[in-house]
Amino acid sequence: MPTELNALAALPEIVVLTAAASILLIDLFVPDDRRHVSYWLTQLALLVAVCVTLTTLRLDSVTAYHGLVIDDMLADFLRIACFLAVSLILFYSRSYLVARGMFRGEVFVLMLFALLGMQVMITGNNLLTLYLGLELMSLSLYALVASRRDDARSTEAAMKYFVLGALASGMLLYGMSMIYGTTGSLDLGRVAHAIFARQGSPALLTLGLVFVVAGLAFKLAVVPFHMWVPDVYEGAPTPITVLIGTAPKIAAFAMALRLLSTGLQGASFDWQGMLIVLSVLSMVLGNLIAISQTNIKRMLAYSTIANMGYMLLGLLTANRYGYSAAMFYVVTYALTSLASFGVVMLLSRHGFESDRLDDFKGLNQRSPWWAFIMLLVMFSLAGLPPTVGFYAKFMVIEAAVSDGFVWLAVIAVMTSLIGAFYYLRIVKLMYFDEPVETLPIVVRGDTQLVLSVNGLLLLLLGILPQQLIGLCAIALTQSNFP
Amino acid sequence: MTPYLSLSIWVPIVAGLAVLVVGRDRDAAFARWIALAGAVAGFLVTIPLYAHFDTSTSAMQFVEYASWIPRFGIHYHLGVDGISVLFILLNSLMTVLVVWAGWEVITTRVAQYMAAFLIMSGLVNGVFCALDGILFYVYFEAMLIPMYLIIGVWGGPNRVYAAMKFFLYTLLGSLLMLVALIYLYSVSESFEILQWYKVPLEMGAQIPLWIAFFLAFAVKVPMWPVHTWLPDAHVEAPTGGSVVLAAITLKIGAYGFVRFILPILPDASRLLSGFVIALSLIAVIYIGFVALAQSDMKKLIAYSSISHMGFVTLGFFLYSQLGVEGALAQMLSHGFVSAAMFLCVGVMYDRMHSRRIADYGGVVNTMPKFAAFMMLFAMANAGLPGTSGFVGEFLVILAAVKANFWLGFAAAVTLILGAAYTLWMYKRVIFGPVANVNVAKLTDIGRREFWLLAVLAVAVLGMGIWPRPFIDVMHVSVADLLQTVARSKL
Repeated sequence: MPTELNALAALPEIVVLTAAASILLIDLFVPDDRRHVSYWLTQLALLVAVCVTLTTLRLDSVTAYHGLVIDDMLADFLRIACFLAVSLILFYSRSYLVARGMFRGEVFVLMLFALLGMQVMITGNNLLTLYLGLELMSLSLYALVASRRDDARSTEAAMKYFVLGALASGMLLYGMSMIYGTTGSLDLGRVAHAIFARQGSPALLTLGLVFVVAGLAFKLAVVPFHMWVPDVYEGAPTPITVLIGTAPKIAAFAMALRLLSTGLQGASFDWQGMLIVLSVLSMVLGNLIAISQTNIKRMLAYSTIANMGYMLLGLLTANRYGYSAAMFYVVTYALTSLASFGVVMLLSRHGFESDRLDDFKGLNQRSPWWAFIMLLVMFSLAGLPPTVGFYAKFMVIEAAVSDGFVWLAVIAVMTSLIGAFYYLRIVKLMYFDEPVETLPIVVRGDTQLVLSVNGLLLLLLGILPQQLIGLCAIALTQSNFP
Repeated sequence: MTPYLSLSIWVPIVAGLAVLVVGRDRDAAFARWIALAGAVAGFLVTIPLYAHFDTSTSAMQFVEYASWIPRFGIHYHLGVDGISVLFILLNSLMTVLVVWAGWEVITTRVAQYMAAFLIMSGLVNGVFCALDGILFYVYFEAMLIPMYLIIGVWGGPNRVYAAMKFFLYTLLGSLLMLVALIYLYSVSESFEILQWYKVPLEMGAQIPLWIAFFLAFAVKVPMWPVHTWLPDAHVEAPTGGSVVLAAITLKIGAYGFVRFILPILPDASRLLSGFVIALSLIAVIYIGFVALAQSDMKKLIAYSSISHMGFVTLGFFLYSQLGVEGALAQMLSHGFVSAAMFLCVGVMYDRMHSRRIADYGGVVNTMPKFAAFMMLFAMANAGLPGTSGFVGEFLVILAAVKANFWLGFAAAVTLILGAAYTLWMYKRVIFGPVANVNVAKLTDIGRREFWLLAVLAVAVLGMGIWPRPFIDVMHVSVADLLQTVARSKL
């Protein structure tokens, strides 16, 4: 057991916690018409967190707090991804929040606490730390989904999310307790050691593994643990939907990687089989059901399900190359997803959600630029070059093929053909149809800039992906994954 | 050394982006002129590719090589040989023509229309000179996006259906090809296409790979029975879209056969050559009859394209110098002739807003200059000696007769069928008394249309009378290809 404290390894967490607590207090003294002070303080906190993470960037891996957390390049990289994701969400959602009376301190503070939970999930090196991070994130998100308490759909979504989420947490904790029972440790390194040394009962380990994978599958939103996703995506206020759909996916990926690879690599044969089933079901069902959706948020919910299925293709190879492919996938997926919801929020105005597919009709005539950005998003989600989504799919398929799963690769490409249909339909609505709405689109300057950069990044990374691919490869090499 | 290949790819793309940025719908003329300048510049940079081409070697020329994605050993590797170089010129020339052809015809969202064609042109050039599997795939897929928009935004009444069908059909084939490319990478540790020519492959691996590649390229060619997207796409697309589809994108499918299927999978190709020859003959004969029955001019030319492309695939799988050269010559000739035929239909459609043969009759009385041009192109489409259409068909039939008399006989039937459907259509549309008041009101082609058709007429006649400059370029590369194909990989 490492005994050193290494308190500074958790400096980004300390920054976010301090910021959340301070903004909670400061917000009490900010009058309603100057709420943007809290908003900019939150953005500042995120900027500071990014800078702190960059300055304490590690090329090796170090455990801290007596082995409870681990700080390595993977953690730094994913933390920065989460900070940026939350920051972008705030940029995109400002007008939306103001128009709906949700531009309040609680929203920012809860977002920061959710973020803190994600950071703990990313850096956890102990079953309990990971669980605590997950709960911190989930509880904040439940509250955020319910933050429009007079809206029936929001409350229903929050209720559904809470009940099913609590069940999933319970399963995860139950699985963890079995793993603890059979290996005698909560520390991931020791769990791994005990499994390699064949200590404890293999049956109990497998049973525990089933529950852990089920809990993770719920958080990643893969079939058959996906029932909550469409309702929550549709019911939650759009900024919260995009928060649920992006950064937590990155955190859940990190947690899955820590649990399955660092802790349970010895049982990889068992979880590999489970992930194959989850992955195939998600790719097939996610893409098929998305076709029949008429609400863009629900469609994107099923798209998330399908995309997480593709991501699992990388994870299930149980080797470093597959992990780096999955990591590239989840990060670029978050980037694409952010831009898609950014456009959805752009089109919504006071008292008007613009979440039906028909709201995209004729967007090219109303605003060629935003239609172009949405076009990039859709082709990226469909996995077409020259957008970054192509390399994401390419990498996970390559990982699957080089691990001998050619049949999985064939299923993956065939389901992405189904997926292409509904992404193309959005392009069709934007470019081929006449607009039903002719009001001009009014956007804040900073939102415009950030969303444009976000959208163009999908194209830029699609033409020059080598840096990000290299970074994902290095992050996993430096972090000592098998 | 000047990177001519990169220029041929990026000059049109950058010009297209420039048109998008500066072009406003209010000032369409400005967008048109920039687009034309970009297209002409794009054509000019490809001329040195032909002028400086060394016809004595089969090695790749004008090679550019740079690291792109080191993690997977993917390179920005460009180069052309005698097989691919002419298609880059063809494509760049066609881009100038389609920009010009859409000059007065396209009035809505002009900048986007022009930009789509320019970007498309750069991507197609990329397809023809990419020597890295993933680079090829990126161009191959990205090309679908502008074409999808061209059909869907500026197309006819049923454009949405046609655009979707075009996109999903093509994607179906190419996605399986992606898996094949990745599989080849996993056995060879490289994405270099030329490296794959040397990788030994078991028959058990060659057959699934062959099927994957075959689906990708057969859809694109298109071969019977995966051709059904083409008539829809052609009928709905605007004239420029039909021209590019017929003249250029169909060639990409055929090009895939000689760049990938034959040299990488020689044993599977030999094993399955009977299958391909059978499909090609069905395309040539059956689709020829289908063309005969069409009442829509564009549909008729679309089916005639499928029938002519059947010749190309037939020529490839005869495994002889004559056959492959004939097929390549047929591809070039079809590029000119089908483009010209679609432009002719476009000229009439712009005036009458109908493509139905029954709505016309006696056009020669009101449009004599046009009728003369169309006569030439119809003859070329029928394969009359002295036009470019004759060269390829003759060589392929010669090769077929050498392989098997009845094969040659079946292929030669197409000369009769081709003449029948083309000339019958020509007769019904152009000759006879003036059919109705609309035809009586037609005005003959203007200066823009005249030069557009004149350029193609010169190309069609030039290649028909003196095909040597075209064939000489291919000769050594084709010989080398046949040697590669002859080596077993088992």
